[in-house]
Amino acid sequence: MVSFDARSKDPILTLQDVHMRFGGVTALKGIHYQVPRGIVQSIIGPNGAGKTTLLNCISGVLHPSEGVISFLGRSVESEPPHRIAALGMSRTFQHVALFPRMSVLENVMVGRHVRTRSGFWAVGLRTPTMRREEAAIGREAKAWLDFVGLADAAHLEAGALPLGKQKILEIARALATDPALLLLDEPAGGLNARETEELGELIQRIQARGITVILVEHDMNLVMSVSERILVLYYGQPLASGAPDEIKEDPQVIQAYLGDEWAPEEGKPIMNGRF
Amino acid sequence: MSPRKLVPIGVFAAFMAAFPWIVAPFESVSHYTDVMVFAGIFCLVTIGLSLLMGFAGQISLAQAAFFGIGAYVSAILTGRFGWNPWAAMPAGAVVCAAVAWIVGVPALRLKGHYLAMATLGFGVIVHIILNEEVEWTGGPSGMVDIPGLSIAGTPLLSETAWYYLVWTFVAAALLFSYHVLHSRVGRALRAIHEEEKAAEAMGVPVASYKVQVFVYSAVLASLAGSLYTHYVTFLTPSSFDLMWSIRFVLMVVVGGMQSLWGALLGTVFLTFVGNEWLQVFADFEVLVYGAILLLVVLWVPQGLVVWMQERLRLRRAADLSRSE
Repeated sequence: MVSFDARSKDPILTLQDVHMRFGGVTALKGIHYQVPRGIVQSIIGPNGAGKTTLLNCISGVLHPSEGVISFLGRSVESEPPHRIAALGMSRTFQHVALFPRMSVLENVMVGRHVRTRSGFWAVGLRTPTMRREEAAIGREAKAWLDFVGLADAAHLEAGALPLGKQKILEIARALATDPALLLLDEPAGGLNARETEELGELIQRIQARGITVILVEHDMNLVMSVSERILVLYYGQPLASGAPDEIKEDPQVIQAYLGDEWAPEEGKPIMNGRF
Repeated sequence: MSPRKLVPIGVFAAFMAAFPWIVAPFESVSHYTDVMVFAGIFCLVTIGLSLLMGFAGQISLAQAAFFGIGAYVSAILTGRFGWNPWAAMPAGAVVCAAVAWIVGVPALRLKGHYLAMATLGFGVIVHIILNEEVEWTGGPSGMVDIPGLSIAGTPLLSETAWYYLVWTFVAAALLFSYHVLHSRVGRALRAIHEEEKAAEAMGVPVASYKVQVFVYSAVLASLAGSLYTHYVTFLTPSSFDLMWSIRFVLMVVVGGMQSLWGALLGTVFLTFVGNEWLQVFADFEVLVYGAILLLVVLWVPQGLVVWMQERLRLRRAADLSRSE
């Protein structure tokens, strides 16, 4: 078992011996890892390596069969997703999971749910506190739409947006929960080159606000340009971890991606484009 | 609310306020005020149920049971123990809220339609208790000597007075529900209905919201039951059986699940169908209900009101594009 204990003084997320079994299939085979606060951490690997399973374990959609996941110093491996969201973790989905018949603005307003309080009675009776809170929700949601560049589309139905904008809207909705850690599951899937470039800039602006980002992505140009650190998963295990330049040169990674018969030619870049 | 929405609501409110005076001069329809009292009582049940079905995505087959619990709690507390009806009414609502919470918490933790099954069983149990607990409920022969309602010492005697009372309750329930839907709670409910896993990831406690809506629907059904008790002043268990629960579901489906106006229209329509227009069919009434349900599900699955709203929107869009 390969394990990487890249210790940092202030990890935002720590995985210890995380296993995930589905019946007879073991999707994650004992993952040890730490993500330092404030970085853009990518997770790459061939299809079926367990990337999305790992994100689902971290965000509470799945509960790992074994192991400990601590987020901001608290064990969260058996917490439901809505509690983890309240602790300050948010995510997007590989296959867009917006609320398609709600407006773009309303989608982001749902993101503010976890930071607001008014209950059933308060909203039914429209108490003054509730009205103030509603006004603040609207303002903050608009500010996040401005941040990602979707302010013009605020009143359109979310399902009517083109795919590229839906992906961005998912990020805005996730940001509206005030996360300390943002998980992005293949945000560039289905985006064209220009949109992917804009996405890269957006990720950097998110990082600049002090939000730690975990990026699961197949687009290597994007991964290499925004990540501080990359974790390579291979058949449910960490294969390598390091800075983009180290990962590009790592012979094990090259072999995992391309197989034995694809011995790299001298001086030719291998990790370029999509896998 | 935008002015464009306020105008039709104002027209509707004016029509409802004038209704008893419109039908009164015509002998053949003058008793429609009485039918509308029942329709209003049923609307309280279906407004709650439409929130549960259209926004929390769950079906309850126990609304007649909650309606019955409210009715019998009011009847027993006022008839046997001499409580003031206005004090018995919230007591019934509290009982229903507690029972709904106990039934709802385990059933709504599970994904899928477990609530429908749990409430089906619960509804049957309540019906059996109403029949068998003869000492308290009078059993199959029912309860009599239930006092009527009075407001500030004035007894409500006329159908018209009851009409205004019941529809005031309906208006309050509509307003409360409308506010719920247009708030963080309502957005959370719609989010659950559209994409549950994303709602959870945004921090929406899905199970807890489903329980809250279920409890709210039970409280409204209980209030409806209390009003029913004091209006008819006579109760038998047959008004609270499974067929009634199904009828409430049908009212919501016919009008349109995702619209409060749908619940209102479906309820008034089916109350008139049941109480007035289908009397000639006698025992075959159930067949006609079945046929209505089938037609709605086949041709306008979104319900009549939502269907009409969509038509209007399409026509407005067509007019706009023509004028450009």
